[in-house]
Amino acid sequence: MSSISVHNLTKKFGDFVAVDNVTFSVKEGELFGLLGPNGAGKTTIINMLTTLLAPTSGNAVIVGIDSKMDPDKVRNNIGIIFQDPSLDLGLTGRENLKFHAMMYNIGREERDKRIVEVLAVVRLEDKADTLVEYYSGGMKRRLEIARGLIHRPSVLFLDEPTLGLDAQTRRSIWDYIRNLKEEYKTSIVLTTHYMEEADYLCDRIAVIDQGKIVALDTPSHLKSLHQGDRITLTVSGPSDELVAILRKKNWIREIVSENETITVTVSNGESILPVLFLAAHSCGVLVRSVSLHKPSLEDVFISLTGAAIREQDGSRRAAMREKLRRRMMR
Amino acid sequence: MIQLNAVYMLWLREMIKYVRAKSRMVAAVAMPVFMLVFLGLGFRRVEIPGVPPEISYIQYLVPGILGMTILFSSAYAGMGVIMDRQYGFLKEVMVTPASRVSIVLGMIAGTATTSLIQASMMMLLSVFLGFQLPDILSFAEALLIMLLISVIFISIGLTLSSVFRDLHGFNMIINFIVFPLFLLSGALFPVANLPGVIQILSYADPLTYGVDALRGVMIGYSAFPLILDIGILLLCAVSMVVLSGYCFQNGEAL
Repeated sequence: MSSISVHNLTKKFGDFVAVDNVTFSVKEGELFGLLGPNGAGKTTIINMLTTLLAPTSGNAVIVGIDSKMDPDKVRNNIGIIFQDPSLDLGLTGRENLKFHAMMYNIGREERDKRIVEVLAVVRLEDKADTLVEYYSGGMKRRLEIARGLIHRPSVLFLDEPTLGLDAQTRRSIWDYIRNLKEEYKTSIVLTTHYMEEADYLCDRIAVIDQGKIVALDTPSHLKSLHQGDRITLTVSGPSDELVAILRKKNWIREIVSENETITVTVSNGESILPVLFLAAHSCGVLVRSVSLHKPSLEDVFISLTGAAIREQDGSRRAAMREKLRRRMMR
Repeated sequence: MIQLNAVYMLWLREMIKYVRAKSRMVAAVAMPVFMLVFLGLGFRRVEIPGVPPEISYIQYLVPGILGMTILFSSAYAGMGVIMDRQYGFLKEVMVTPASRVSIVLGMIAGTATTSLIQASMMMLLSVFLGFQLPDILSFAEALLIMLLISVIFISIGLTLSSVFRDLHGFNMIINFIVFPLFLLSGALFPVANLPGVIQILSYADPLTYGVDALRGVMIGYSAFPLILDIGILLLCAVSMVVLSGYCFQNGEAL
């Protein structure tokens, strides 16, 4: 059974199409990533799935409940960690958690038990009675994650969970997220524009660009599908002969020879390297240096969307997205 | 429909924050205290037409200043909502399964309590200026009337906060509304002394009836029958709560 199934979901703001006919499903216990540049429509999708925005057309079924039919029931079954901070700075960490638990109508004993439990998950026990105002960025984020867990949601939405955090904090939050998945068997939908994050965490990734899904697969599949490993050899000796021999091999996807540098693209670099050395040796070519480049998700991303930093192109469309973004932030 | 837990929690949050913000308490009573001290003492010996001679001006003024205290502290409740929206906390509130009605009621309950605390503090302070406190029963009646006034203006503030979404816009509008409502209400002098056209505006101001009802129970003098005052206040309160509930239900959450 899938915990989320989205069918032809569309959201228009005026004549601007923020989300365009998106269809996907998330399996139970899966960590599903929505990856895309800023303004691609990730947050709009999340807002629709969490019933904060009504879709223009299409539908979303979350843990078997249609979000249009019974939004209150959907809200009971999901947890959200928003992109922008959403804590009450004037309350302590514990009070923020209590507020949340009360709003979800959790009884006193159960509430106290769960607050202790989630505080332990994000290791904020010591700071629980400090005003959130004095928390660091990472601590606030962890408190928000803890809060999202109190009512034991079957689906957890994480909108850019590590945006603007330093590398160490990011790494520890990644570990929390992985841990959640294992400990609570929660299905998790995560949006991000960090490639490493999607790569490290997600079981499957949907690459979103301009409101559409342009690719949907596991991270390793996406990588091997779109770009192979690149091996660069610097050689001396009769390199033309070697190139001719290599061209005939069926495991070579591409080969480029220039002066004394040979670049080959293959799908499984590590196991090809010895074969290459052997071939070079047998034609009397001396290999002086070698480098192996594994594709990153970023390479895949750029080959799919054609641009890494689209939001800076200053077009009318970009301005529109920016305006929309501001409006949503308020 | 109404989740008591959610209402209670929103009320509790307001109380916690109120107790922590000592400066807010002081600032909220400072303005009415100034008004009371300077007007009360300054016009002490003036005979104002329309005020019965056996009632001193300070007796006449105190219920008006209480009305003003409630008006100011209540109408600015919308500001809390706007701050919550700006800091993102409103999203957290809206995404919980608590019904919108419970959320609005919780917000009203919280601010109404703080308003009543402030007004009670004002009433006690006015004793130093020679105000004669009413007996305990009249005090309870006055509290109920103040609650009605408070609910009306909190709802107006909440409604406005769902329309004017940024702090500056809201501030401008609320000042533009609050001061005329205060001056028209007859808090400082009898409405009957105003020119005819302006009197009509006064009769459209819910605070007029609130102040009049407060005078009725606190000093035993009112321009309208008490029952009429309370009837109008009740009607206003119910319709304003419904309006603000509607605006929250249908306004975009974000």
